[in-house]
Amino acid sequence: MKAMVYRGPYRVRVEEKDRPVVEHPNDAIVRVTRAAICGSDLHLYHGMMPDTRVGMTFGHEFIGVVDEVGPSVRNLSVGDRVMVPFNVYCGSCFFCARGLYSNCHNVNPNATAVGGIYGYSHTCGGYDGGQSQYVRVPFADVGPSLIPDWMDDEDAVLLTDALSTGYFGAQLADIVEGDVVVVLGAGPVGLYAARSAWLMGAGRVVVVDHLDYRLEKARTFAHAETINFVEHDDVVVHLKKLTDGLGADRVIECVGAEADGNFLQHVTSAKLKLQGGSPVALNWAIDAVRKGGTVSVMGAYGPMFSAVKFGDALNKGLTLRMNQCPVKRQWPRLFEHIRNGYLKPNDIVTHRIPLEHVAEGYHIFSAKLDGCIKPLILVDAA
Amino acid sequence: MPYTPDKPPLAENSEQLRARIPGWGADLDPADRPAYPRERFDPGASGAHWELPEQQPEKWPRERSIEHLRLTPVFGTSTPPRGLSGAMRKLAYRRWSEGRAAHWLVLLAADRVDTVESTLRSFATTRPDNPVTQTGILSERRHHGVASRVGQNRADVRHQLLDPVIVGAPWVAGGVAAYRLGKRLVRRR
Ligand SMILES: NC(=O)c1ccc[n+]([C@@H]2O[C@H](COP(=O)([O-])OP(=O)(O)OC[C@H]3O[C@@H](n4cnc5c(N)ncnc54)[C@H](O)[C@@H]3O)[C@@H](O)[C@H]2O)c1
Ligand SMILES: [Zn+2]
Ligand SMILES: [Zn+2]
Repeated sequence: MKAMVYRGPYRVRVEEKDRPVVEHPNDAIVRVTRAAICGSDLHLYHGMMPDTRVGMTFGHEFIGVVDEVGPSVRNLSVGDRVMVPFNVYCGSCFFCARGLYSNCHNVNPNATAVGGIYGYSHTCGGYDGGQSQYVRVPFADVGPSLIPDWMDDEDAVLLTDALSTGYFGAQLADIVEGDVVVVLGAGPVGLYAARSAWLMGAGRVVVVDHLDYRLEKARTFAHAETINFVEHDDVVVHLKKLTDGLGADRVIECVGAEADGNFLQHVTSAKLKLQGGSPVALNWAIDAVRKGGTVSVMGAYGPMFSAVKFGDALNKGLTLRMNQCPVKRQWPRLFEHIRNGYLKPNDIVTHRIPLEHVAEGYHIFSAKLDGCIKPLILVDAA
Repeated sequence: MPYTPDKPPLAENSEQLRARIPGWGADLDPADRPAYPRERFDPGASGAHWELPEQQPEKWPRERSIEHLRLTPVFGTSTPPRGLSGAMRKLAYRRWSEGRAAHWLVLLAADRVDTVESTLRSFATTRPDNPVTQTGILSERRHHGVASRVGQNRADVRHQLLDPVIVGAPWVAGGVAAYRLGKRLVRRR
């Protein structure tokens, strides 16, 4: 089979690999039809995530058709069309039993701090991912769901991570009616978080980024006000001015480890790997939120330390909330919102790239060329 | 105003927002939010029909965090450790917990070694690594590399100049190593 393969920082290619096999009685093998590249994949692609091995196949956003099932699988059969959450999880451990599906204790021998994620380095369990013709899906009775007949395939792929994560980020912000919500980052996660903030009753939503074309999408897709931080000497002061000097009630951080806005912070983390991630957006969130407010962090960081301004978080009495998204928990409600027309996930898809051209897809998304917001990978066309 | 008790007024009230934005307030009630409350004990909700999953067979000694009491029932089997990078990775897992910087620094160093090892190894195959096709750099031409950057007020263009250095580093290192080795072999003769 053909699969995307990591060859080192900034280098990927398509290789001929062995088709995965059932390794556990509750495994399924899924033939992938659509996949996507996530902002998280860029952290791997740039060599920031410890224990990212040459030869690994990335991809944690994918849908497909069940091709084979292990002997204990009850809920799926060969031929079923399924969407697979990015989390690998057992469904029964201490954490899964409490709904913390992204924090499963039974799927990642490499680290106790992280659950399992498809195609996301050995630090997240060492699973090959779905930017591939076939993928091994553990705990087939727990993770995958049948794709409803009425659902668009592209919307289904976006539900496996980006949309669910943005929606989850808005929930962790604990928004109450009339709140002023600032969203940092106008990537897929930030756009969905901004759109979701309205569902929770926000009174005002402001999105911050430095890419004008993405801010344009924030205005049209997410109905938000926008700020290009490059146009302001100090974006925190600008945000304070916008909020009568108080700061925003809630800030949702959807940028993560490669945040721009401070050359030194970016280079020491994203390029030199001396920090777990560039804390620029995280620190802006802490500074721009009001005292007693909530910061919801969706941006991903490496397991190493970062230079976070913790003192101000304490002095301001902030609530900091964060997690990898427990994707499947979001689905029933999100299905309703999509059916009601409140959300149209694939409005942000800009590129549809055949698997053979995956190297170009990564470059376009990483370098933000060509107005790229969300690239999908067409696998059956490979 | 900021120094009085009242919340500053908003430009639009809830009725106006509801009229303008489809779905506004649909999840106003926290009970409608699926992530609320964060923890809800309901072991049956996931579809799991086991208390403890069966053990996946361990086909090679699987490296694992010393903070785990056992090998997890299920684990990924991508890319087993090999070569010098593999030895470094095994050491990092065996020796240091996730709480120690050394654990992560050795793993990161192993990633850099892996890149060099794999690149060298690829020269002995029919598909040597090719930095031009693998970086997707050729897409710059067809996908408006210049127009996407110039005059766009972007904060990331400056450090994108460093990318070729990062990509080039293992190639330079490999070249130097090959040159040294060659020289030593010639001298021995
Ligand atoms: N918690 C989760 O479950 C989860 C799931 C998916 C993605 N993520 C993470 O969310 C983050 C965003 O993902 P994405 O797919 O939207 O990625 P993306 O790279 O497309 O978006 C990030 C955006 O942030 C902007 N940005 C950079 N520096 C900024 C700053 N200082 N202030 C404001 N904006 C800034 C970038 O220009 C870009 O538009 C990533 O870190 C990703 O790893 C987390
Ligand atoms: Zn992701
Ligand atoms: Zn679990």
